[in-house]
Amino acid sequence: MEAGARAEQSGFGAGLPSWLLGLVPLLVIAAAIGAFALLGGPGLGERTGPPAEELAVEQTVLRPGEIELTLRNDGPDPVEIAQVAVNDGYAPFVAEGGREVGRLGSTTLVLSYPWIEGEAYEIFILTSSGGTVDAEIAVATETPEADASFFGLMALLGIYVGVIPVSLGMLWLPFMRRLGGAWMGALIAFTIGLLAFLAIDAGLEGLEIAAEAPAAFGPTGLVFVGALVAYLVLAAVDAHLAERGRRAGSAGAAGAYLALLVAIGIGLHNLGEGLAIGSSYATGALALGAFLVVGFAIHNTTEGLAIVAPLRGGAPPGLGRLAGFGLIAGAPAILGAWIGAAAFNPSVAALLFGVGVGAIARVIVQLAPAMRDERGRFLYPVTVAGILAGLAALYVTGLLVSV
Amino acid sequence: MSKSPGVKDEPTENGISRRRLLGGAALAAPAVVGLGGLIAERSGGVARAESNGDRGHDGHDAFAHATFAPGRSVNHRANGFHPTELLRDFDYGKTRRLASGRLLREWDIVAQDAEIEVAPGVKYEAWTYNGRVPGPTLRAREGDLMRINFVNASDHPHTMHFHGVHTALMDGMPGIGENKGGGQIEPGGRFTYEFDASPFGLHLYHCHVSPLAPHIARGLYGAFIVDPKKGRPEADEMVMVMNGFDTNFDLSNEIYAVNTVGFHYVNEPIQVERDALTRVYLVNILEYDPVNSFHVHGNFFNYFPTGTSMQPNEFTDTVIQGQGQRGILELKFPFDGDYMFHAHVTEFAELGWTGFFRVGDPEALGATAAAAAYCELPWGGGGNT
Repeated sequence: MEAGARAEQSGFGAGLPSWLLGLVPLLVIAAAIGAFALLGGPGLGERTGPPAEELAVEQTVLRPGEIELTLRNDGPDPVEIAQVAVNDGYAPFVAEGGREVGRLGSTTLVLSYPWIEGEAYEIFILTSSGGTVDAEIAVATETPEADASFFGLMALLGIYVGVIPVSLGMLWLPFMRRLGGAWMGALIAFTIGLLAFLAIDAGLEGLEIAAEAPAAFGPTGLVFVGALVAYLVLAAVDAHLAERGRRAGSAGAAGAYLALLVAIGIGLHNLGEGLAIGSSYATGALALGAFLVVGFAIHNTTEGLAIVAPLRGGAPPGLGRLAGFGLIAGAPAILGAWIGAAAFNPSVAALLFGVGVGAIARVIVQLAPAMRDERGRFLYPVTVAGILAGLAALYVTGLLVSV
Repeated sequence: MSKSPGVKDEPTENGISRRRLLGGAALAAPAVVGLGGLIAERSGGVARAESNGDRGHDGHDAFAHATFAPGRSVNHRANGFHPTELLRDFDYGKTRRLASGRLLREWDIVAQDAEIEVAPGVKYEAWTYNGRVPGPTLRAREGDLMRINFVNASDHPHTMHFHGVHTALMDGMPGIGENKGGGQIEPGGRFTYEFDASPFGLHLYHCHVSPLAPHIARGLYGAFIVDPKKGRPEADEMVMVMNGFDTNFDLSNEIYAVNTVGFHYVNEPIQVERDALTRVYLVNILEYDPVNSFHVHGNFFNYFPTGTSMQPNEFTDTVIQGQGQRGILELKFPFDGDYMFHAHVTEFAELGWTGFFRVGDPEALGATAAAAAYCELPWGGGGNT
């Protein structure tokens, strides 16, 4: 190695400072790109065929007499919006971001149209080249105004489906602490089963949202990138905390730390859950019935159980700490509901669901060692049964909340 | 119309899943918008353009003007034809008395490709006769000899197929008469159609090259009138060719109109005189939809199907025409005011096939004529540019 490095130094570029050697290729690339662009891509000629006009509907807002569509150009060419028809009738509109939408650009069309509650609407947007882009309103209902009472309602919803059930689930802590040590592996396995289900669920939701998000942002990729980022960040945080924890040298802290991780993972998942609830409430697709709230409560109670499972050993945690875990796991549902209802963006949502998946995956990896029996096995009948029970518990309670 | 492929929709399945629904509340303050699009004001920060001068609908008040932002009306000059002028533009051809005493009428018709604006901001690659859609309204008297010198300057093969009585060679039918220079006329080719003006009535001509629907729908059609020997009563005459444009080529029309430009006669109502006989030569050349119709408000008309009889067969206010059908309408407006006419196929009406007759003095009609208020509705009047 040493000899090779020296040999290179005596060759091309010898005597130049290394920062310059690093900079030169960058400058050449920039110059080449600049020249290529300046010359208009020599040799490539004109594009073949008509422009590809694509617009994705990012947001639909209905107010009395008005339909507002937020559109994003996710095709390769600029799109000029000429006219807009609702249910086969041209409607007046104002383009708040201009009628010409560049690549990745967006605009908001405010259509004057006397839509009627409960009806379905097909909209086509006619471009200057005569192409059409379709949008659909499955069920017309007024979009809630994002005022204080609306945010209050979303907060209440978040508390109902997030904070309260998670906290209730944590009430199993005393019971679990009475269980024998042999139950430890089973409980952790159960928690892992719950988390695995949540990860699968969040991943599927993310991919579904990605399918509708503007293609130009690579939304499917965003789900995976989000997962990877969350996993790596949590791993780094974990490594950092482990360093400090070793210095602190507390025994009971290990369980509390795992519980915190589970709470964070579940919190990120509930952020996505809140997002979905909020956006679907805003479009009128969510019937805010008692059944739904009860369903969510049962569903999310199991999440509380997952948080306290690692606290089985060691000194009993204080109420304040437990409340903290409950908030970390449950409160993001409130935030999610706010974002989902007021500023839903499918690309961001896809990313957030990915983050939830990554976080949960990391938590599972953290929890897994606690499953090990005295022989060092991860998977043995008791833990497998626990994982399956966890998966089953969320699958069954999930049926109550499929909106 | 049906929907085009390759575009993103919001989902609409029965099982609406919570994650599939996009939505949210807008932060903009709500605007009060009436059914007529009479937008009082927007508090969302969008300034409405005030009158931008002449946008082609004189007689409307300033409020009506305000909804048409710059660049939102069709550029008729670039199109090379104007629907209002086209309405009463009858082409009698160059005439010459033959030795036999018959009158020869001669026209030069060139098929050419042209981009035309069929709605404000919407361009369409049309195929035209003489650069206009519909093509020139050829008019002759029963028994005249008609001679049409056809040149195909388009990139595609075309013909001129006339409805009327003529020989097979003059039928403009691909596969018939190629050996005599007729049949399908290739790009750069030419052919002279010659036949007697017969029978009297209202007819049409169009390209007959296969595939037929696009060769017609692209704009290769026009009206052709054969006047009876004795003529018809003196009247204010106009031609209305009911057509449409499939701008995204999905085999259904996005724009419907009379004489090509959607909502044109809303923006420029057809001026007629009260109690004067008005005669409308109505032709349906619409493709992709089997029927079209014409309905006039506040009035009834005598209807002469195909114009081949001097006796009306119906006194009505709504008439239906299938593809290629045509007929003559005669009516008098007893009252001043703006009277809408439109396809009673209401889908077509709201996709462009709507207009107004303006009877009497527009100044006397009051501040907001009906047409002025209505023209707020189509075309997204207040759009930014």
